[in-house]
Amino acid sequence: MATDIAAVNTTRGLRKVGRYSLLVFVAIVVLFPIYAVLLQALKSGPDSLDHPRSLLPVDLTFSTISEAWTQGDLGRLLMNSLFVSVMVTLGVIVTSLLAAYAFAFLEFPFKGPIFVFYIATMLVPGEVTVVFNQRTADSLGWINSYQGLIVPSLASTFGVFLVRQVFLQLPHELREAASLDGVGHLRFLWEVAAPLSRPTLGALGLFTFLGTWNAYLWPSQVIRGDRAHETIQIGLDRLKSNDISRLNLVTGGLVVAALPIFILLVVFQRQLVRGLTAGAVKG
Amino acid sequence: MILLGPSGCGKSTLLRMVAGLEDPTSGDVFIGDRRVNDVEPKLRDIAMVFQSYALYPHMTVAENIEFPLKVRGVAKAERAAAALKAADVLGLTDYMKRKPGQLSGGQRQRVALARAIVRDPAVFLMDEPLSNLDAKLRGDTRAELVDLHRRLDSTFIYVTHDQVEAMTMGSRVAVLNAGQLEQVGTPQDVYDHPASTFVAQFIGTPPMNLLQPGQLGSSDVRVGVRPEHLLIAAAGELEGTVRQVEHLGHEVLLLTESPAGRLTARVAPHADLPIVGETVRFDVAPHHLHRFDAVTGVRVP
Amino acid sequence: MKRRLRDAPAAVLMLGASLTLLGVWTIYPLIRAIQTGHLSCDQTGRKCTEKGWGQYLDVFQSKQFQDALMVSVKLAVMTVPIGLLLGIGLAVLADKHLRGIGFFRTVFSSTVATSVAVASLVWFVLLQPEIGVLSDLFSDWIPALKNPGLLRDPDTALPAVALSSIWASLGFTFIVITAGLQSVPKELYESAYVDGAGSFRRFTNVTLPMLSPSILFISVVLTTRALQTYGEVALLTGGGPEPEKSTTTIPYLIYGRNSIISGNIGLKSAAAVLLFLISLVFALVQFRGFEKRVHYGN
Repeated sequence: MATDIAAVNTTRGLRKVGRYSLLVFVAIVVLFPIYAVLLQALKSGPDSLDHPRSLLPVDLTFSTISEAWTQGDLGRLLMNSLFVSVMVTLGVIVTSLLAAYAFAFLEFPFKGPIFVFYIATMLVPGEVTVVFNQRTADSLGWINSYQGLIVPSLASTFGVFLVRQVFLQLPHELREAASLDGVGHLRFLWEVAAPLSRPTLGALGLFTFLGTWNAYLWPSQVIRGDRAHETIQIGLDRLKSNDISRLNLVTGGLVVAALPIFILLVVFQRQLVRGLTAGAVKG
Repeated sequence: MILLGPSGCGKSTLLRMVAGLEDPTSGDVFIGDRRVNDVEPKLRDIAMVFQSYALYPHMTVAENIEFPLKVRGVAKAERAAAALKAADVLGLTDYMKRKPGQLSGGQRQRVALARAIVRDPAVFLMDEPLSNLDAKLRGDTRAELVDLHRRLDSTFIYVTHDQVEAMTMGSRVAVLNAGQLEQVGTPQDVYDHPASTFVAQFIGTPPMNLLQPGQLGSSDVRVGVRPEHLLIAAAGELEGTVRQVEHLGHEVLLLTESPAGRLTARVAPHADLPIVGETVRFDVAPHHLHRFDAVTGVRVP
Repeated sequence: MKRRLRDAPAAVLMLGASLTLLGVWTIYPLIRAIQTGHLSCDQTGRKCTEKGWGQYLDVFQSKQFQDALMVSVKLAVMTVPIGLLLGIGLAVLADKHLRGIGFFRTVFSSTVATSVAVASLVWFVLLQPEIGVLSDLFSDWIPALKNPGLLRDPDTALPAVALSSIWASLGFTFIVITAGLQSVPKELYESAYVDGAGSFRRFTNVTLPMLSPSILFISVVLTTRALQTYGEVALLTGGGPEPEKSTTTIPYLIYGRNSIISGNIGLKSAAAVLLFLISLVFALVQFRGFEKRVHYGN
């Protein structure tokens, strides 16, 4: 008997070692591109054609990053991206909360058809709408402006669905108890429904922030060469020089553009999964 | 007032119409002398306790109790005092800082009551408030509610499907079945003089025995007998074969099969009980017979 | 008063903002695009002539559109199955209660933080024939890395774009599948275990069916993304290499820098609407095909 248990323990131990080795190997593969670019940015100067023969982090220098920073005016671009992403995130949370509330707690004529309308808009890709949205932005004078970057993204059908899903899982009696106490819709939304949906709102906020920070097609069409309003993603393109000797510069820009988002993700990764799970599981 | 009936009979809907959570398709709702059909729930001067308690999970006990007052714009100090008073009545003062998730079922139930009391309404509406509690707690809370009713001296409308609650708590009971009102009266009156076969069988455990039409009466009448009124007597009119003997400690139930239908008798636990398979005869005093129309089930004199 | 009417004013106020936004920035441009798809316009976009519905067919049948459609479809075929398999594999691998698993989860979801622009430029640098790290490391096995460079060879440019896309979507796929795994009730595994199912059986009989809604969702999202690939192409290859244009996807055909129809808003609209319809067909086919196999809980 004793030997049997020992054998089982050894198999378990081996399996554990195997699993960890696999995890470490995959982690290295997934992270390698980021590591390699980070290394390239830190190991050689902006004008250097030399490239790291070794993949060890030695002889590091910040000169590439700092030159990319000044030449690309990256501080300004980061602030633009930050401002636009924060505004869109807040806006999407507010519009999603309001619309989701109406669909979850109110009865009104044409509720069904209006909901179908929301579903339908989710399917329309940005590629189709960009042409005329650019014209609309143009006629509003919003080309090269923050409004142009922010306003068209303020409504998110995905957000409405996600929040509605959570609202529908709240006990119906909460709304009824509140209405007997004379609690109005906005007050119930603000003081009860929204606080109870915090994990999902957090996930929605993160996704919206990531999506806006990383957006490429629309910003590239609504910002036409105006550096004052450019986002970091558009600015990166300018650092990508055709001159091989200057190629390293773009790695500096990449580090600057990706770093804030990586930090955000590391901090909030767990909330992201939990928020999505909360939306998916029927309570 | 207790609204009693099986699930799906419409008692909760009735309560929700009183609350204003649902619109009646026809007819008027009065609270006192006031017709409230078009009055918003918050202006009806009512408070409601839900089966699931409907406590706000993210607020502390104190915040939950204060919330109705906060909505009405009551000043902070005043509502804290009122909440403390309501909590004191229900023995909750030690738990004011906790959240509902940290409370037991009985404590949550009391928070829900405190939230209703703090508003000092003309009418309390309660929708099966005890059905989520275990049996022991239910008995204790039942007594507390009766005590509370006496102290507050206001109207309670209490929905339940549990006849024990209805019998022990109500000053008046309304029995509902399939959306119809079967009978209204004091618990004792409803028990002693059930208005229909439905009420006769719904109230009382075990329920009243209903004999086949024609037994102990004419063929258009069904006769009913409460189990405690079947007396074992050698010369009795009813005869049954014992199928099961249930010992409940303070009493014994005899489940018998007879030509008149199944008969359940409640007898004292004495030594010479019949055994399964034995034939027994029962006698019933004439004033303990209930007569119902064989077709409609309505009580006949 | 009836409840539906009593709530109506509140509903109007609460839906107002998002309805207006969706109307102005999604529905209006869609309708305009559909209308404009009839027209053929000059460079200024002011002088247009009516071509009728036939123009949609003309655009669809044109060689440029067909070529671009092929590229988009090839991209989907390359990215979707591999992306799904990798995502499921990583999620299952990391779905064990081991010490330090949180670290691995963070690593596996990390690429969700990379934008199309960042991911594309990362691979642009890695695959650069002169100084790219990957070109240095693997040129002995894959000579094309050095000469002419993966992104400059018509045969390898599209797989290279696909590689970048798969890597960039991996984090998102991992997160959605992980969320799906975490909502599988533990009792199901336990009862399968008690029934004597081995780990492979448990995976095929419990995990996969319970994951099917997440898998369908991911599959539709990845396919739509592949068909609508723009940024990767713009930054990695510029639609080239010329003259084969082996990476010119439909969106790049419409919006790309060297687009032959860039000035003609009528043709652009027609192509964009066609892209929408094609994406829709692909999504519907997947929903239909999966429908019977997807298990949505109770």
